[in-house]
Amino acid sequence: MSEKEIGKKLDRCLADGVVKLGTGLGLGIVFSVLFFKRRTWPITLFSGAGLGMAYANCQHDLRSHYLLHTSEQQKQ
Amino acid sequence: MLRVCLRGVKATAQKSSGRIRLTNVHQCREYTTGESSGASRVVTAGLLTVTGGIGGTIIYSKWDHKFRAAVERNVPYSEWLLGLALGPASQDAGLPTRKQMEFIQPPSMMEKQMKTSKAKSEKKLKETTEHGVQDSDPASSQPAQNIQAEASAEATQIISAISEVQSVPAPCDTEPTAAAETATVLQDTESAATAEPLRERPAEEVAARLAQQNQDEKDVIASLSARLDDSLASSAKATLQAIGAQEAALQAITHHTHKLKEAMEAEGPSEEKSTQWKDLEAALASRTTSVNDAKTALVKANEVLDSLKSVIDKSKGLKISAARPLILAAEENLHKMVVDLDKVVSKVQSAESEAKIVAQYSELVQEARQQFQREVSSLTPEIQANWKGLTGKLSTDDLNALIAHAHRRIDQLNRELAEQRVREQIRMEAALEQQRAEDQKALDKAIGTASQHVKEEARLEQERKLVELREVIEAEMRTQLRRQAAAHTDHVRDVLKVQEQELRAEAEQVLSSKLLEQETRYRQLTQEQLDDFTLDMNAAYARLKGVEEAIDSHVEAEEAARKAHQLWLSVEALTYALKTASAESPSMPLEDAAEAMRASCVDNDFALALASALPEESLKRGVYSEASLRARFNSLRSLARRVALIDESHNTLYQYFLSYVQAALLFEKQQEVPPTQLHSEDLDTFKLLSYASYCLEHGDLELAAKLVNQLRGEARRVVEDWLTEARLTLETRQVISLLSAYANAVGLGTTQAP
Repeated sequence: MSEKEIGKKLDRCLADGVVKLGTGLGLGIVFSVLFFKRRTWPITLFSGAGLGMAYANCQHDLRSHYLLHTSEQQKQ
Repeated sequence: MLRVCLRGVKATAQKSSGRIRLTNVHQCREYTTGESSGASRVVTAGLLTVTGGIGGTIIYSKWDHKFRAAVERNVPYSEWLLGLALGPASQDAGLPTRKQMEFIQPPSMMEKQMKTSKAKSEKKLKETTEHGVQDSDPASSQPAQNIQAEASAEATQIISAISEVQSVPAPCDTEPTAAAETATVLQDTESAATAEPLRERPAEEVAARLAQQNQDEKDVIASLSARLDDSLASSAKATLQAIGAQEAALQAITHHTHKLKEAMEAEGPSEEKSTQWKDLEAALASRTTSVNDAKTALVKANEVLDSLKSVIDKSKGLKISAARPLILAAEENLHKMVVDLDKVVSKVQSAESEAKIVAQYSELVQEARQQFQREVSSLTPEIQANWKGLTGKLSTDDLNALIAHAHRRIDQLNRELAEQRVREQIRMEAALEQQRAEDQKALDKAIGTASQHVKEEARLEQERKLVELREVIEAEMRTQLRRQAAAHTDHVRDVLKVQEQELRAEAEQVLSSKLLEQETRYRQLTQEQLDDFTLDMNAAYARLKGVEEAIDSHVEAEEAARKAHQLWLSVEALTYALKTASAESPSMPLEDAAEAMRASCVDNDFALALASALPEESLKRGVYSEASLRARFNSLRSLARRVALIDESHNTLYQYFLSYVQAALLFEKQQEVPPTQLHSEDLDTFKLLSYASYCLEHGDLELAAKLVNQLRGEARRVVEDWLTEARLTLETRQVISLLSAYANAVGLGTTQAP
C-alpha cells in the first residue's frame, strides 16, 4: 500500500533519529568524559552529529524515490 | 572577409609571379640579346618551309586531280584553299579523249538499255558516232567490219531489248573496232527501232514463229545441201575428167616429144626410122586428140565449176548461218579443184612449150638435113641418100669433086656459120627478148593465178575462221540466253511465290474471319442457353437454399438462444461474484466465474476477447468494492494533503514540515463539484481531492479516479496503490457490464419476432 509507505518511512526516521541521537549522546558523553575533560561541547557535538545524521538519513530515505542512481542512469 | 583574404592571396601571388616573370624576361632578354638573329633565322626558315609546302601542294594538286581529291578528303579546310587558288575541281580537263570516250560509251550502252525512248538514243548515238569517228579508224573500216559485227549486234540487240542485264558483245580485236561496232550496233538498233516499234508478241505466236523459222531454215538448208552436193559431185566428176584428160594429154605430149627426140637423134636403119616416124605420127595424132580432149574437158570442167560457184554464191545470198559450213566446205572443194586443174593445165602448157621447142628443133634439123641432102644430091646426082655405103664404089674424080665440094661446102658453111653466128647473136637477143617477154607473160600469168589462189585461200581461211567465230558467238549467245531464261524463270517463280503467299494470307484471313463469326454466334447461342438454364437453376437453388437456410436459421437461432441464455447466466454469476466484496476485503477471485463464462461462449470471439480482457489481478485476487475504496480514499486524503508540497525538486525534510503545516492550516471544502472542464488552477492537490471526494460520494468512481490521476509528486505516490485498485475495479466492472450488455443483447436478439 503506497499510502503506508510514508508512514513507514517516518517511523524509520524517528527510530533512526532516536538511535543516532542516543548513540551520539552516549558517545559524546564517553568522549567528553574520556578525552575532553567533561566539557559539554563533545556531547552536543556528537548528539548534534547524531541528529544531523538521522536528519540526513531521513531526508535521503524520503527522497530516495526521486533520486536516480548511476546504475539506472547507465541503464537508461 | 573571404574576399579580402582571396584578394590578399592574389596580390601576393601576382607580386611573386611578377617578380618571377621579370626575372624570366630578364633572362630571356639576356639570351635573346645574345642570339636574336638565330631565332629570327629559325622563324624565317620555318615560314619558308611552310609556304613552300603549301605552294607545292597547290601546284601538284593542279596537275594531278587524284592528289587533289585525296588532299581535299583528308585535310579539313583544303577544299576552300584549293578552290581559292585553283578554282573548283573540274572533271574533264585532265582526262585524255580516249578515257572520255570510254566513260561515255558504257553509260550510253546502259542508257540505251534502260530507256526505250528514241530521242535519247539518237542523241547518244550521235555523240558516240562522233567520238567513234574521231578516235577510231575512218569509216572505211566500218563497212568492212559491218558484216562481221552484224551477228554480234543482232545478239546484243536481242539481249538488251529483252532485259536490263548489260551484255557485252563478243570480244573484238581492237578498241576502234569496238567503237565502230558499238556505233554500228546503235545504228542498227536505231534503224530497227525506226523500222518497227518494239511490241511484245504473245508467247505462242513467238514459239510458232520460231518453229516456223526453224522449219524453213531446215528445209532451205536441206535443199541447199542437196544442191551443193549435186553440183559438187558433178563438178568433181568433171574436174577429175578434165584432170585425167589433161594428164593424158600431158602423157601424150611427153611421149610425142620423147619420140621426136628419139627420132631426131637416133641414126638407125631406115626401117626403124620409118617405124619411128610412124610412131611419131601416131604419137602426134594421139597428142592432138588428147590435147583436144583435154581442152574440151577443161572447158566443161570450167563450166561446171562456174555453175558450182554460182550455186555457192546463191546459197551465200540466202544468209542462213547453219548452211555456212556446207558452203565453206563446198568453196574449199571448189578451190582445190580449181587449183588442181590449174596445176595440171600449167603442166600441160609447160609440156607443150617444151614440145614446141623440140618440134622446132626437129624441124630445123630436118630442114638442115634436107638442105644437105639437096646439096649433096645437087652435086652428085647419082649418089643416093645413103651415101655412107658407097665409099668403095666412088671414083677419084667423084672423090675430088666431092672433096672440093666438101671444101667449098665447108667454106660456105664457115661463112654461113660466121654469118649465122652474127645472126645468131642478134636472133639470140631477139629470142631472149621474146623469151623474156614470154617468160614475163608466163610469170605474170603464173603470179596472177598464184595470187588468185592465195587470195582464194585467204578468203577461205577467213571464211573458216568466221564460221568458227560465229559458232563460238552462237554458243555464247545461247548460254547468255539460257542464263536469261533461268533468271527469268527464277524471277517469275519468286513473284509467283510471293503472290501465292499473299493470296493464301488473304484467303486465310477471310476464312478465319468467317470462322470467328460463326464461332461467336455459336458461343452466343450456347451462352444464352446456359444463362437461361443457369438462371432457372439459380432460382430453384436459391429457393432451396432459402428453405434450408430458414430451417438452419431456426435451428441456429434456437442454439444461439440457448447459448445466449447460458452466457447471460454466466455473466450474472460473474456479476454476483463481483458483489461478494465486503467492506475491507476484496471480492472472491473471479477466476471460476470467468472460466464458466468462457466455457459458455466458446465460439463467441467478442465474448472471449472480453473475457480475456479481465485483468489478472481480479481473476486471481478479486476486486475491491466501491465502498471499500471510498473508505480508503478518505484516509488517503489526509495523507495526500500532508505531502501536497513534495515533489522531485521539493523533497527536503523541511519541505515536509512546511507541507505538514500547510495541510494543518489550509481549509478547503470537503466536497466540491468538479467542473466539466479542468483548468490549470483546478490542478491543485486540495481541489482535486475535494472533487474526487465529491465524485466518490456520488458513486462516480471513474471520474474520481480520473481526478486522482491528476495528482502529482508525492501525493501521487501516496495514492498510487489506491489508483491501481480503483482502476482494477473499474476495468473489471466495465468488462462485466459489457459482457452483460452483450449477453442481454444476444438474448434479445435471439428472441424471434412473432
